[in-house]
Amino acid sequence: MRKPNYYKLRLIKDRVMFLLVYLSLALALIPLFSILYEVVQRGIPAINLDFFIKPTPTVGEKGGGVANAIQGTLITIGLASVIGIPVGLMSGIFLSEYSEHKLSTIIRFFNDVLSGVPSIIIGVFAYALIVRSIGFSVIAAAFALSIIMIPIVTRTVEEALKLIPMNIREAAIALGVPRWKTVVAIVLRGARKAVVTGILLSIARIAGESAPVLVTMGFWRWWFAGLDRPAANLALNIFIFAMSPFENWIVLAWGSALILILLVLGINIAVRIFIRGRY
Amino acid sequence: MAPKLEVEDLNAWFGTKQVLKNINIKIEENAVTAIIGPSGCGKTTFLRCLNRMHEINPDARVSGKVLFNGLNIYGNGVDPVMIRKKIGMVFQKPNPFPMMSIYDNVVAGLKLNGVRDKKSLDAVVRRSLELVNLWDEVKDDLNKSGASLSGGQQQRLCIARALAVEPEVLLMDEPCSALDPISTAKIEVLIRKLAKTYTIVIVTHNMQQAARVSDYTAFFYLGELIEYGPTKQIFENPKHELTEKYITGKFG
Repeated sequence: MRKPNYYKLRLIKDRVMFLLVYLSLALALIPLFSILYEVVQRGIPAINLDFFIKPTPTVGEKGGGVANAIQGTLITIGLASVIGIPVGLMSGIFLSEYSEHKLSTIIRFFNDVLSGVPSIIIGVFAYALIVRSIGFSVIAAAFALSIIMIPIVTRTVEEALKLIPMNIREAAIALGVPRWKTVVAIVLRGARKAVVTGILLSIARIAGESAPVLVTMGFWRWWFAGLDRPAANLALNIFIFAMSPFENWIVLAWGSALILILLVLGINIAVRIFIRGRY
Repeated sequence: MAPKLEVEDLNAWFGTKQVLKNINIKIEENAVTAIIGPSGCGKTTFLRCLNRMHEINPDARVSGKVLFNGLNIYGNGVDPVMIRKKIGMVFQKPNPFPMMSIYDNVVAGLKLNGVRDKKSLDAVVRRSLELVNLWDEVKDDLNKSGASLSGGQQQRLCIARALAVEPEVLLMDEPCSALDPISTAKIEVLIRKLAKTYTIVIVTHNMQQAARVSDYTAFFYLGELIEYGPTKQIFENPKHELTEKYITGKFG
């Protein structure tokens, strides 16, 4: 009796699975590259010196740029980060390092709920809480964006810290190092790459948010004029410019899209170089 | 010689499960005491009760006294952090701090407690690494990651790290169980060397190891201390039937 050739069958199965995996990868990458291609191809004609140094042109005006929007975006996400990163970081530390605490299950649950809330609703919340008292402003937008940031930072920090094995914490505690110092100097330090990656992802996420910015700050054509006033914003610019009938603005919308992508990429690369350790 | 550690009526629990029952034992200064017994008999828990590491676990509980140089470490107002500086610990699996150099690993305990002086840190690194016979192997690579060393070297690094904070007692929880025979031999030689200046308590699964390195041996079974005495007597002339059965390999 001939033995069935299982090896050949396995080989075929292996090849088929391999092909499927590559196909899925290609399927995932095609949209990414087509977006990048489109944005680069259409955005580059908008890029010139004026684009970086001039503010939004008035309707009918030729040229102009998005310098005010770059400035406004950096200030807004900067302020949002100042609020959101510490809160998210500390919540993440609490959930990972003090998970025996009664509150931690509740906090984790509501944190997950918060990360699922549509961003426009967070915008409306910030509107009710801040815009109604001090008006459309950078503060209101940064507040809304920080609330979008917090659950992302919290979750990624928690996951990152949990990857540090328990016996590393015990080693520090057994050396007579207080618990909080163990968390900061050993656990956080050991997980710093994953922590920073989580923070960067959250910054990238809020840099691209337009809906909550629309309800908290609105469209602003001028330079930054104070935290209690609105500021221009790249993501919102894309929305407003692209919907406009003015050719000049539509070109600027493509340019803004390109700059927004490069900005997020730039922040990523800069921080990565900054934290690059030897180990 | 006065006992370094005197344990009186020590009980320990995890949740509702009692893992140590009424332990009384006196641990001699500048000697090696081995704790032997089958898995789950409470050896490790006992060790962790000696420097208040047991209570790290949220549902752990302890009662009784542990006198360290006459001071009850479970007494009111005693800071566990201070106790752990004086009673160091080496773990089963080598656990050097990740993302830290060999140098930083050794002085981590000092640095985190505020010692900044570069000269004294340099001296501590050299002294601690020499003490564990690792200096010659790593002196040119002090800036390399601690994780880049071999398992046996990592364990000696962890011992150096524990010694750097100048403890009086060193607790070792099966320090060789993850190591090859050559690394094990090096650690055993080291234990004998350290016993001249430190009080060492070592938990081991390996009875030959207990016989080789220890001056005193305690046999634990199901959370109770069955027999305790000089190692020679325990191995050659055990008084308790269970001890004899265990060391002759009839169960374990």
